[in-house]
Amino acid sequence: MLRKQGERGSTSVALAMAIFLVLMTVITVYIFMAKVWWFPPAITDLGHEIDAQFMRTLLITGVVFVAAQFGLAIAIYKFRDHGQKATYFEGNNTMEILWTLATVVLFVGLGLYARNAWAQVHFIGASEGAIPIEVTAQQFAWNFRYAGPDGKFGRTKPELVSASTGNPIGLDSTDPAAKDDLVSPVAAVPAGREVELILRSQDVTHSFYVRELRLKQDAVPGMEIHIHFTANTPGDYELACAELCGLGHYRMHSMLTVLSEADYEKWLKDQAAANQ
Amino acid sequence: MVTHEDGGGHGQHHPPSGWIRKYVFSIDHKVIGIQYLCLALFSVFVGMGLSFLMRLHLAWPTAKWFFFKGGLMTAPQSGFGNYFLPIQIGAADMAFPVLNMLSFWTTFLSLLVMLAAFFVSGGAPIGGWTSYPPLSALGEMAGPGQGAGETLWIVGLAIFCGASLMGALNFITTLIDLRAKGMTLGRLPLTCWTWFVTAILGLLAFGVLLAACILLLLDRLAGTSFFIPGGLVITDQVVTWHKGGSPLLWQHLFWFFGHPEVYIAILPGMGVASHLLSTFSRKPVFGYRAMVGAVCGIGFLGFCVWGHHMFISGMSPYSAFAFSILTMTIGVPSAIKTFNWLGTLWGGKIQFNVAMLFALGFVSLFVSGGLSGLFLAQPSLDLYLHDGYFVVAHFHLIMGVAAIFGMFAGMYFWFPKMFGRFLNEGLGKVHFWFTFVGVYAIFMPMHFLGLAGHPRRYFDGTAVAFLGPLQPVHVFISIAAFITISAQFLFLFNFFWSLKAGEEAKEENPWHATTLEWSIPSPPPHDNFGGIEPVVYHGPYEFSVPGAADDYIPQHLAPNLVRKA
Repeated sequence: MLRKQGERGSTSVALAMAIFLVLMTVITVYIFMAKVWWFPPAITDLGHEIDAQFMRTLLITGVVFVAAQFGLAIAIYKFRDHGQKATYFEGNNTMEILWTLATVVLFVGLGLYARNAWAQVHFIGASEGAIPIEVTAQQFAWNFRYAGPDGKFGRTKPELVSASTGNPIGLDSTDPAAKDDLVSPVAAVPAGREVELILRSQDVTHSFYVRELRLKQDAVPGMEIHIHFTANTPGDYELACAELCGLGHYRMHSMLTVLSEADYEKWLKDQAAANQ
Repeated sequence: MVTHEDGGGHGQHHPPSGWIRKYVFSIDHKVIGIQYLCLALFSVFVGMGLSFLMRLHLAWPTAKWFFFKGGLMTAPQSGFGNYFLPIQIGAADMAFPVLNMLSFWTTFLSLLVMLAAFFVSGGAPIGGWTSYPPLSALGEMAGPGQGAGETLWIVGLAIFCGASLMGALNFITTLIDLRAKGMTLGRLPLTCWTWFVTAILGLLAFGVLLAACILLLLDRLAGTSFFIPGGLVITDQVVTWHKGGSPLLWQHLFWFFGHPEVYIAILPGMGVASHLLSTFSRKPVFGYRAMVGAVCGIGFLGFCVWGHHMFISGMSPYSAFAFSILTMTIGVPSAIKTFNWLGTLWGGKIQFNVAMLFALGFVSLFVSGGLSGLFLAQPSLDLYLHDGYFVVAHFHLIMGVAAIFGMFAGMYFWFPKMFGRFLNEGLGKVHFWFTFVGVYAIFMPMHFLGLAGHPRRYFDGTAVAFLGPLQPVHVFISIAAFITISAQFLFLFNFFWSLKAGEEAKEENPWHATTLEWSIPSPPPHDNFGGIEPVVYHGPYEFSVPGAADDYIPQHLAPNLVRKA
């Protein structure tokens, strides 16, 4: 006689386990499908493409998730110890190979399929006419610099940095190109025009993240990282830091405002006037 | 304790007589295994406590991860591995017993140093367990929590690396050199395979982390600039004494260790799950060779995918794409394992004791946590999901919780062998259900926080408007965490109560299992096999073999002694 087998009551345990697995699976799938908590609407073409790739991945993983959890539930209930004899087999090479090939095709295929969205952000640079905006991150604030009418960024020097006296990025006022540079704690961009961000950090690693752009990029000290996007929908969007940067990380926050072309020009003028 | 007659020149070990040599500075792998288990239990409970305090906004994330990881790595690998690897391969002890003792006490020292990090002036370290420089490299000027606390933290980590290297070396040598006659590689229990591959991962990964820690300490203390670039300005103060370092270099070194480390935590759990699923389905493991291949495959690929932690770090986007495809391929051996676990159950005669319930829970959690990896392996999706709660859900399920389930499964299974008494099954079932339902209630909702764009490592959500509506989800998670963590005290109670008053394990082999540890008394004598080297005749999972009277054939049973039906 085997002891400690739990023969008595094994049906109720098996049933409870199977029911829990099925319930957990159904509830999870429901919340995903009902989109109870979901992405905010994307405001870029890239965003829509990323959402589509997310849905493709969700479909494939969803099918595997349901199949595996239900399979486990069925096996647990069907093969619970009710006095039968276990069948003896040590495996099945054909099934093993089929299963392996299927997952290779599915998983690697999915990875290759995702290439396009990534390529748009990182393999291809910003186009000629894109508006350059330099983003300088520091503990715990964002600074956005616009080149002004001359289209050139002026010189900056670390030793001139003084957030308290209104020069957070250390702009060198002796450089003529620096005269018309505009530095703002919030960002505004025109709808429908491509924007190139030049990401820098003064101190530690931060991360630029705007949900609606479906865009996240670390700002790394000592590096200049370029990303680009075209926002289509006017509105105010929150920018949150996404890389742990110290005690104030959770409140390193700013806004990205997408404006019509006319409003954007007006915004630039207002900012320039306020800076004088 | 009984001493045995020398069985013909084999090394016979006499148990030490002094209390200190027997229980404190012991070189017996079983005592060291139990010491590791106690250390691991302590770590996991401290980690759970800290996670909960974090949910209440009171504690430090760095610490939580260390204790969890410390616990997760030491329990299944150094704890159970130390205790059962030598016995399962038929050896009297580890290859280097003194090194084994040193490895434990070095681990203990590293724990003390890290604990000390929380009580020095300047505050507890807050760099996160990844400790990214320059934040972690600049010292106090980078803000509170970056002073002496962070230094001690990194020193502790470096000591831990040393301890882990000693352990890894010992495991590998033991498995290669000390296998009993007949214990071919093809007859190794899958637990031993996973301990072996984990040790190889540890040997290759911890050396790199040790080097990285030393470089980071030099940056902090000796003014070098391995990870700190020039021209930094911190709160209006120019850093002039650092130039030319690269923050990304640390990330590469850290994740070259950090990713294999994830497998160091989960592989032993896979071994225990495979072992128990077969034992309690009374069926051989489905596709033993494929399982061994998958473990080796995961081990190898584990070293080729570290870049997927760095998709948005500023690393070359072409490398990112290569890392992405490599990461997708690691899904293949993982899928093989899942498929074979189901195949092992299929057609079986499943016995639901607590150990088996935890093994079944492991499979479910491994699937749930693994599938989200397919999202995160795609850099284009990480443009949205990286460093958010979707990631938190993913790695907690697969690496945190699944590994803990492996540890509990092993504990309920091997407790009678280690201590001669059973853990209470009734209490165990209550513990299982609270834990299983609880972890799903905690970690499933985190996926949805991630979909809503919630960044991780946020102290609170007050500064960001879109986080406001997510607050109820956090409340739900906190309540679930409170209940789940409370249920762990049931286990603690069960553990100590059963040590004294649990039902006695009178038989050597109460589960009717096949591997060698069940051929010796519970608890095993000092030299395991009484000076006689066992001989192995069978594969590790000979259950329900047609023609045999019993539904299991122990590995050590001579073929002529197997009773015919």
